[in-house]
Amino acid sequence: MQQIIRALLVSLWFMFLTFPILVIKVDTINDIIVWRWMNALYIGAGVLLLQALWHAWKHVHALRKEDRDRDAVAWAVLVCLPVLWLAWIATRNTDKPLHVADKVFMILVAPLWLVDFLRSPQDRQPDWHDWPCMILFPPSLLVRAYLGLFRARGEAVSIPGVEHPNLLQTMLENQKAMRPLYLLLLVLAVCYPQMVEFYQTNIMVNFMIWIVLGLGLNIVIGLAGLLDLGFVAFYAVGAYAYALLNHHFGLSFWYVLPIGMVFGAVCGLLLGYPVLRLRGDYLAIVTLGFGEIIRLVLENWSSFTHGPSGISNIDRPPFVTDLSIMQATEYMYYIMLGLLLMTIFVVTRLKNSRIGRAWLALKEDEIACQAMGIDKTKTKLTAFALGATWAGLVGVVFAAKTTFINPMSFTLMESIIILSIVVVGGMGSIPGVITGALVLILVPEWLRGVEEYRMLAFGAFMVMVMVFRPQGLVSARRKVYQYDKAKAVNAHE
Amino acid sequence: MNNPALDVRGLCMDFGGLRALNQVELEVRQGEIVALIGPNGAGKTTFFNCITGIYTPTQGEIFALPDGKNRVKINGRKPNHVTELGMARTFQNIRLFPSMTVLENVMIGRHCRNRSSILGSVLRDRHTRAQEAEVVARSYEMLELVGLERWANELATNLPYGAQRRLEIARAMATEPFLLLLDEPAAGMNPQETLRLEELIDHIRDTYHIAVLLIEHDMKMVMSVSDRIYVMDYGQRIAEGTPEEVSKNPDVIKAYLGEDAHD
Ligand SMILES: Nc1ncnc2c1ncn2[C@@H]1O[C@H](COP(=O)(O)OP(=O)(O)OP(=O)(O)O)[C@@H](O)[C@H]1O
Ligand SMILES: [Mg+2]
Repeated sequence: MQQIIRALLVSLWFMFLTFPILVIKVDTINDIIVWRWMNALYIGAGVLLLQALWHAWKHVHALRKEDRDRDAVAWAVLVCLPVLWLAWIATRNTDKPLHVADKVFMILVAPLWLVDFLRSPQDRQPDWHDWPCMILFPPSLLVRAYLGLFRARGEAVSIPGVEHPNLLQTMLENQKAMRPLYLLLLVLAVCYPQMVEFYQTNIMVNFMIWIVLGLGLNIVIGLAGLLDLGFVAFYAVGAYAYALLNHHFGLSFWYVLPIGMVFGAVCGLLLGYPVLRLRGDYLAIVTLGFGEIIRLVLENWSSFTHGPSGISNIDRPPFVTDLSIMQATEYMYYIMLGLLLMTIFVVTRLKNSRIGRAWLALKEDEIACQAMGIDKTKTKLTAFALGATWAGLVGVVFAAKTTFINPMSFTLMESIIILSIVVVGGMGSIPGVITGALVLILVPEWLRGVEEYRMLAFGAFMVMVMVFRPQGLVSARRKVYQYDKAKAVNAHE
Repeated sequence: MNNPALDVRGLCMDFGGLRALNQVELEVRQGEIVALIGPNGAGKTTFFNCITGIYTPTQGEIFALPDGKNRVKINGRKPNHVTELGMARTFQNIRLFPSMTVLENVMIGRHCRNRSSILGSVLRDRHTRAQEAEVVARSYEMLELVGLERWANELATNLPYGAQRRLEIARAMATEPFLLLLDEPAAGMNPQETLRLEELIDHIRDTYHIAVLLIEHDMKMVMSVSDRIYVMDYGQRIAEGTPEEVSKNPDVIKAYLGEDAHD
C-alpha cells in the first residue's frame, strides 16, 4: 500500500517537473499559450508503469543475484526505455520544433543517465527516479522559470525561423532578467579573492586581461570587420612601455597606464594607415607581419629592449603601504576588475553609438557605407586606434603583474588565442567575448589536472563550435529602438 | 525651379581600352524628375558611379549646385563628400547593411548630418543624447515615408525584395539630399509596387523639393513619372527631351529596337 502511494507521488512529481516542457507550449506566432494536459497524463501513467516495471525487476533481481551479465543488459533495457519514452513524448505531436536547449538536454542528459546506471548497478540505490529528477530539473527549467519572472515586454517583431537563439542567448537578451544576475556576479567578483586561494586569484587576473584583450580586438574584428592577426603587438607595446619607462625613469604604474593606452592607440594608427586599402585575407597577412615585426624588434634590439632575456624587476602597482606578494596579487585583481568594468562600459556604449554603427556598416558593405556619407579612412583608423588602446592598457597591467616580461609572451600564438576568444564567443557581442574567454582561458586553467587531454578537448571544442555555431556561442544582437511618435512630438512642443 | 542642381559636361570614363562614357552632357534642375534610360550596358550605372565619386572620371566636369547658385566641382571627390554635399544614391544591386536593423540602416544615412563625438558617445552627455534622439526620430520619419516603420527593428536582410528597394530610398533620403539618384528602383517589383513607387517619387519631390535622377528600364513608369528623359547608348547621349519627344525620336527607337538586321 505504502509503495503504491509512493509510486503515485513520484508520478505526480514527474508531472510537475516536466510540466513547463511538455504541458505549456507558447505559440510565438499567435502569442498564445497552448496547454497540453494530455502530456501530463501520459507522463504520469508512464512513470507509474515504469515503477511497476522497476519493482518487478527488483523482485527478479533479488532472486538471481549471481547473474551479473544479464544484469547489465537488463539495466540497459530498463534505462533505455524511459529515455526513449521521454524523448518520444517530448518530440511527438509538436508542430513547432523543440527548443534547442531541450534537444541538447535530451541528447546530453540521456547518455549521462545511461552511463550512471550502467556503472555500478550493485551499489545503486533503488530510487532510480532521483537521478532523472535531478538532471532533468536543473538548467533548462531553472532558466525558464527565471525568465518567466521577467517576461520581456515590447519585443521586436521577429520573423520566425530565421535563427533559433540558444538558451544562453535568450537569457542574455533579457535585460531585466540579467540585472540581478549582473549584480550577483559583481558581488561575487568583489568577494572572490577573499574566498579562494592566491593561485586562483592570479588565474582570475589573467582571465580578465584576456577579456579586455578580446574586447579590444572585438572592436577591430567584431565591429569594424578588419581581420587583425597582429593584435598582440599592441599588448607588447603597452607592456614594454611600462617596463622600459619604469626601468629607466622609475615611472610608476599609474602614470604609465594612460601612457600605455596612448602608445597603443598611436601604434594602432601606425598600423592602420598603410593598410587602409586592404581587406580580408590581405589585411590578415599584413597585420600578421606587423605583429611579427614588433616581436622581432623586441627580440633583436637588445640595447633598447634587453633582447630575448627580457626585463625583470618591474615594479608592481604602488599602494600606500608595502604589500606582500599575496596582497599585491589581490590589489592587482581589484585594479584589473576596475579596468575590466570600465572597458565593458565604454565598449557597450560605443557599440550602439554613431561610430559603432559606422563600424558595422563598414564591415557590411564598404561602398554603400561610403556612399551614405561615412568617411572610410577615419572610421577604419578609429577602429584600429580604439582597439589597440585596450591592448596597450592591459599590456601595462600585464607587465606590472608578472614583474618580468620578454618577447616570448607576445608571439603569434597569443594573437591567435585572442582571435579565438572573439570568434568562438561571438563576433561583435560583448557577453560573447566574455563567454569566449571563459571557455578558452578559464576552463583550460581549471582542467590543468587532466593536462594530457586538455589541448585535445580544446581543439575538438573549437572545431565543434565552428561547425555548429559558426556565428559564435553568443551572436551579436542589434539594439531595438522604441520610438514613440506621440512622445517625441510632445517633447518638441 | 529652373536653377540647375547638377551639371555634367563632357564626361568620359575609360576602363582600359573600353570607353564606357563618351562626352556625356546632362543637366538636372532643382525639383525636377529626370530619367536616364538606355539599353543594357549603355553606361548608366557607370555614369552614377562617376558622379557619386565611386569612379574618378577620365575627362569632363561635374558640378553640383546644392542651393542652385554655387557651383561645386565634384569630380575626384570621395563618395562620402559627395553625399555630404547632398547627392544621395541607391544601388542597382541592392546594397543594404544586411545584419543591421531596418532602422539602423536609415540611421547610417544620418551619420553625416550628425556630429556626436566618440567621447560624447561614451559619456552620453545631454548633447549626444539629443542628437541620438534626433537621429532616431528622423530615421523613423523616413521609414514612415516609404512605409516600412512596421519593420523598424527587423534585420534588413529579412525584408522582401521590394521593401529592400524602398529601404534604400529611405536611407538615401535620410542624408537630406538635394538630388536623389535612383538606380533602377523598380527592378524586381510587381506592377502594383511600381505604381506605389511612382507615387513615392512624386511625393518625395513635392514634399522635400528635391530633384530626382533615375535610371529605369520600366518604360511605362519612366514615361509617367519623369519631366525629362536622357537616352544613352554605348556610353553616348543619343537623345534628350520630354517623354513625348523622346518616344518619337528615331535614334531612340533605333537604339531600342536595333537595326542590326540591315548591316
Ligand atoms: N569597373 C568596370 N571595369 C570595367 N568595365 C566596366 C566596369 N563597370 C562597367 N564596365 C563596363 O561599362 C559598360 C557600361 O556598364 P554599366 O553597368 O554602366 O551599364 P548600365 O547602363 O548600367 O547597364 P544595365 O542596364 O545592365 O544596368 C559595360 O560594358 C560594362 O562592362
Ligand atoms: Mg546599371
